[in-house]
Amino acid sequence: MCTDLKNGYIQYIVYIRANFMIENTYSNMKKMIRPNSMTRILGIGLALLLSFSSSLFAQDQPEADPAAGKTLFNTYCAACHHLDRRMTGPALRGVGDKFEREWLHAWIKNSQALIKSGDEEAVRIWEEYKPAVMTPFPQLSEQDLDDIIAYTMEVEEEPAATDVAATGAAGSGGSSSGINGDIVLGALILVFGVLVVMLFLVNKTLRKIAEANGVEVKTPEKTKPLWRAFVQNQFLVIVTVILLLLGSAYYAFGYMMQIGVDQGYEPVQPIHFSHKIHAGDNGIDCKYCHSSARTSQTSGIPSLNVCMNCHQSIPEVSESTATAEYSKEFYDGEIAKLYKAVGWDVSTQSYTGESQPVKWVRIHDLPDFVYFNHSQHVSVAGIACQVCHGEVQEMEILHQHAPLTMGWCIQCHQDTNVKMEGNEYYTKIHEELAKKYGVDQLTAAQMGGMECAKCHY
Amino acid sequence: MKVFGKIGMVLGVAAIVASCHDKRSPNYQFMPDMYEPISYETYQESSAFRNGISAQLPVEGTVARGHIPYEYPNTLEGYAAAKENLTNPTPAEEITDEYLNEGKQLYGIYCAVCHGDKGDGQGILVEREKLLGIPSYDDAGRAITAGSIYHVIRYGLNAMGSYANQVNEEERWKVTEYVLTLKQDLESK
Repeated sequence: MCTDLKNGYIQYIVYIRANFMIENTYSNMKKMIRPNSMTRILGIGLALLLSFSSSLFAQDQPEADPAAGKTLFNTYCAACHHLDRRMTGPALRGVGDKFEREWLHAWIKNSQALIKSGDEEAVRIWEEYKPAVMTPFPQLSEQDLDDIIAYTMEVEEEPAATDVAATGAAGSGGSSSGINGDIVLGALILVFGVLVVMLFLVNKTLRKIAEANGVEVKTPEKTKPLWRAFVQNQFLVIVTVILLLLGSAYYAFGYMMQIGVDQGYEPVQPIHFSHKIHAGDNGIDCKYCHSSARTSQTSGIPSLNVCMNCHQSIPEVSESTATAEYSKEFYDGEIAKLYKAVGWDVSTQSYTGESQPVKWVRIHDLPDFVYFNHSQHVSVAGIACQVCHGEVQEMEILHQHAPLTMGWCIQCHQDTNVKMEGNEYYTKIHEELAKKYGVDQLTAAQMGGMECAKCHY
Repeated sequence: MKVFGKIGMVLGVAAIVASCHDKRSPNYQFMPDMYEPISYETYQESSAFRNGISAQLPVEGTVARGHIPYEYPNTLEGYAAAKENLTNPTPAEEITDEYLNEGKQLYGIYCAVCHGDKGDGQGILVEREKLLGIPSYDDAGRAITAGSIYHVIRYGLNAMGSYANQVNEEERWKVTEYVLTLKQDLESK
């Protein structure tokens, strides 16, 4: 394996140099004569001269274009193959060294035919990866195949160390600015305290100096204290007491009204699932995961096989997903938690059968005495999820957007118009109700959305 | 100085009350016995079951209401047989524009993120290079049919997972019919 890669490395360097030479020759020649077959032969000759290995592959390589190969690879191969890790099919870096060019071409065009022909290598690979069948690609030309193979022979890029350093610096910069804020606040409090102490001290010293100098410090005459004057004025006392009672009643009422209301509730979940990345950046429909919101009372917590629909092929986040607050390592760790819960072994790309449930923390929880049906709102009324749940696609950590109180429900029922057109089954009752209320547009409340027994029974 | 003490006490009480409001934990409730259900809720943890999960799997051999048996197994032979023989049981006259439109909406939710709105394999996840190599529906090597589309939605294939728990049988056929129209559009180009 190691020597294979090394070989590929050398060939690739040779290939680049050869290409460079050809291009150099081209550009030199262009000034004098049009590039013709002679220059091309000269170029290939030079390439051969430079080449240490004399395999068939090296001779063909100058024709192949790894950049075009990358595009083709991403279009046709990347669903099942990755250059450096096993997916549905094997990792493909350096595959051009492991097999003959002709064999690879035959395999890619129709692997099943090759297996049936009894080719030893083909049967071995089939035994290892079955029952996954590689799709035949008859539409790829010889040139395309060479391009793809050339792409797989490219040397792995070193992880961009500068990037990591940059994000690290940005991360520490972000947190240090937070500390700065705290420091400034602390310093201000300290300065304030020192000022107060100084004021006392200055006052005291001044008095002492005045006494020492024999200056008589005027002490104010004893007058009736303010509070005694206040107590003696009964009218003022009554007004103040009423105001105080009203004020405290107001605050007590406000405090009691928010008991049982979980607006803003933002618990820590066992797996840090970012709705922002999934629903926002990647534009995945809410109902992709919460599919039962279309058809049932609850929107459902997606079972982990829904995660694995994509994450079977996405074991790590891209560099661009990481933010100053959450690093790539953090997100990759969260995906690893998913694999652990669902029992997915990345190295063998198969399920181990050892799964464990994820204990998600429920956020939106109506009391048991209220009936609410998602499908009625999502499928029938066609209300966007964001109306009740807020801009979930922007939430890194999900929180409860709406108070979910009865007043909040009623408000929306009174404000929302019912979709009356294109609803033949209900035309008659719509007409009758419209006549009864003397309106053109019925609201959900007028349709019975304020009947107690619709939600409480 | 007494006044300072009183002010301090009021501020202290206010601070304690304010610190009770923690967004990481749920709020207090009046009479929780009216709020909390007596019966088990779907995802609730419960000691009544051995593995502690109240969302138990149905007993083996349970037949769901409306279940229609699917004869093709999740094997290569099953795939080949479905591709060859399986067709939409819905009568042709019921496959109207409305039927296809419902298929289109479901396709937009479940398929378009990868397969693209046109079915050319250029969904948003592919454009953002999260998932790669999604084939176009007119791919010659695959040559999909109604049967193979339905089979793959139901069981998944290679990197694609099964969508059987997200779309039911009727919905799968709606999506299948819509995918066939997309394939036709791609091929006529």
